[in-house]
Amino acid sequence: MAEVTVLAATGNMMVAEAFRQAAPDVIAAYPITPQTAIVENYAKYVAEGRVHTEFVAVESEHSALSACVGASAAGARVVTATSSQGLALMYEELHIAAGMRLPIIMANANRALSAPINIHGDHSDVMGGRDSGWIILFAETAQEAYDNSIIAFRVAEHPAVQLPVMTTLDGFITTHAMERCELLDDGTVEAYVGKRRPQNPLIGGAAPVGHGMFASLGGTYFELKQAQRRAVCGSAPHILTEGQKWAAVCGRDFDFIDSFACDDADYILVVLGSAAGNARVVAKELRAAGIKAGVAKIRVFRPFPASELRDVLQGAKAVGILDRSDSFGAPYAPVGLDVRTALYDLDTRIPTRNYVYGLGGADVTLDAMRQAFSELQSLAAGHLDQGLSYLGTR
Amino acid sequence: MASIKEHSKTPERLVGGHRLCGGCGASIAVRQVLLGAGADAEVVVGAATGCLEVSTTALPYSSWNTSFIHNAFENAAATITGVEAAYQGLKAAGRIAQDKQIKFVAFGGDGGTYDIGFQSLSGALERGHDFVYVCYDNGAYMNTGIQRSSATPHYAWATTAEVGSALAGKPQRRKDLTSIVAAHHIPYVAQASVGNWKDLVDKAERAFATPGPAFINVLAPCPRGWRYDSSQTIEVSRLAFKTKFWPLFEVRDGIWSMKEVREKDVLPLEEFLKVQGRFKHLFKPGNEHLIERLQTEVDEAYEYIRKMCVITA
Repeated sequence: MAEVTVLAATGNMMVAEAFRQAAPDVIAAYPITPQTAIVENYAKYVAEGRVHTEFVAVESEHSALSACVGASAAGARVVTATSSQGLALMYEELHIAAGMRLPIIMANANRALSAPINIHGDHSDVMGGRDSGWIILFAETAQEAYDNSIIAFRVAEHPAVQLPVMTTLDGFITTHAMERCELLDDGTVEAYVGKRRPQNPLIGGAAPVGHGMFASLGGTYFELKQAQRRAVCGSAPHILTEGQKWAAVCGRDFDFIDSFACDDADYILVVLGSAAGNARVVAKELRAAGIKAGVAKIRVFRPFPASELRDVLQGAKAVGILDRSDSFGAPYAPVGLDVRTALYDLDTRIPTRNYVYGLGGADVTLDAMRQAFSELQSLAAGHLDQGLSYLGTR
Repeated sequence: MASIKEHSKTPERLVGGHRLCGGCGASIAVRQVLLGAGADAEVVVGAATGCLEVSTTALPYSSWNTSFIHNAFENAAATITGVEAAYQGLKAAGRIAQDKQIKFVAFGGDGGTYDIGFQSLSGALERGHDFVYVCYDNGAYMNTGIQRSSATPHYAWATTAEVGSALAGKPQRRKDLTSIVAAHHIPYVAQASVGNWKDLVDKAERAFATPGPAFINVLAPCPRGWRYDSSQTIEVSRLAFKTKFWPLFEVRDGIWSMKEVREKDVLPLEEFLKVQGRFKHLFKPGNEHLIERLQTEVDEAYEYIRKMCVITA
């Protein structure tokens, strides 16, 4: 039986614990606010001799992920953590890690991108990597960041998946806020994650292998990219299975989408990450006033759970899509684009509004959520057009 | 140091059939360096994006008889040290045998080393991983078509340092990367050339035998970029040495030593310049002062190494 320790912890502390419990062979990381506490905590485990991990204190995030690529290709279990400009600096390596089909677990403390420089929470950084071929999980709470981080190892290293996984938590809100958390005992986590069984490792294999080879003109590159699409989309059932296995261990549910009161809801807000709580509070308020409000929180963002989302949203009269980043020049913001694409396949057209909120850590108030739900009612009644607006700007 | 007879028994780790040009200095450098790893060693090779990488790894083929990894252009050092860290971590986890010995080596051109990969290299050296980094220096971005790098010699023609009425090739001196690497105070640093094979293989042997980071900067001429006949690679390399353009030296635990050109063998710099099309504008009337300037710079650089040998002796 799992032993549970209840503690007050931040998201960063819980991610560091999850990493420690998964016993990676290599961590290569670079400090950046608001992720730094993850690598600092890990550096303490190293100094105290609590882990066997080789800590590679690199000179940049680009080198952090580059070293992770080398270490994962060599057959090691590999972790790193980053945020914002650091993730942006890794952009090239995001695609390479995924294209080389290397399991790497990376925590991202979701943070705004420059310019202007801003260290606070939003999703602009992650959205820059959304097409790179990584599996991307969003956590609402420190507890969820812990659970996602543990599940990530099973998913990334699954023989049928072999992909890097980004496990994200909102900068400062989830990384730094102290919450009630449950930490499972090391043995239970160890038994769940198991050991990595590398395929074609650079070292320790029977014969020499080549990683990162050249595929120029012709079909090979094209076909490998097709295989990559299949791999990312095909990871979905494994994410669900591994997530539910962990759910059985820890007693907390796992699904692609966490739906709150969506079954009979007329008005649903779709949200990623830490803002889900405020959306739920207002949905409850509205329910008490007889308005059928619901909240759909996307936990697995890549692969995008389009059909599951359609199932959740199909009965709604209007859907609001909350985006903590923008895609400048696109018709909608990133989550808006994906959700509207998913809804296109329904027979009935559900009107939507896309709300960009909380950029650079701007407050996401209950009033803002009230405004969004109220606009959805106007939208459903035909008094408001579809479109995109910024929620909470002066 | 192993004899040529012993080396002749070492299996080729970069095999024939690759697509590098005839007379390419890079493949010669790689084969000589890998002889230094010893016949029995297990070697993992990393390579930066560049001629060497694209010409030896075109799917579905590989010219490498070793495990091989290519990641990107600027990160061969970070990547190979990630592999080395995995080796340490897996050893600590008891997942590979404690007595298992593996040699880790990364190859990058001068673009991937002096320029875009400079930070990655510096970081990897400072961290003290047990690996060898080899720069095959052909003095320009040859893979993309002879663009100037910080290794391109002063006044050399390149496609981004053209020769015309307003410009006489590259306006800047080349970066002294080997000395910069020496300033990292790593246990082993050397400068070598494919034209002096015994010197290079011996240096490679010492580099592989040294625990911790080791670096070798190998002059690896490029017939396409330097504009000489592909049969002349070794001859051009030797001229680089005899004219003091490319001094052969090493820094072992901070002690500098140089393989001096014998006084009777020393040649004027023109002998190196005139065989290469990239310097032909220097021989036009009115450009004599450019050659004089270049000669002075080469002499100064040579003298600097001599002084370092005296100071650290």
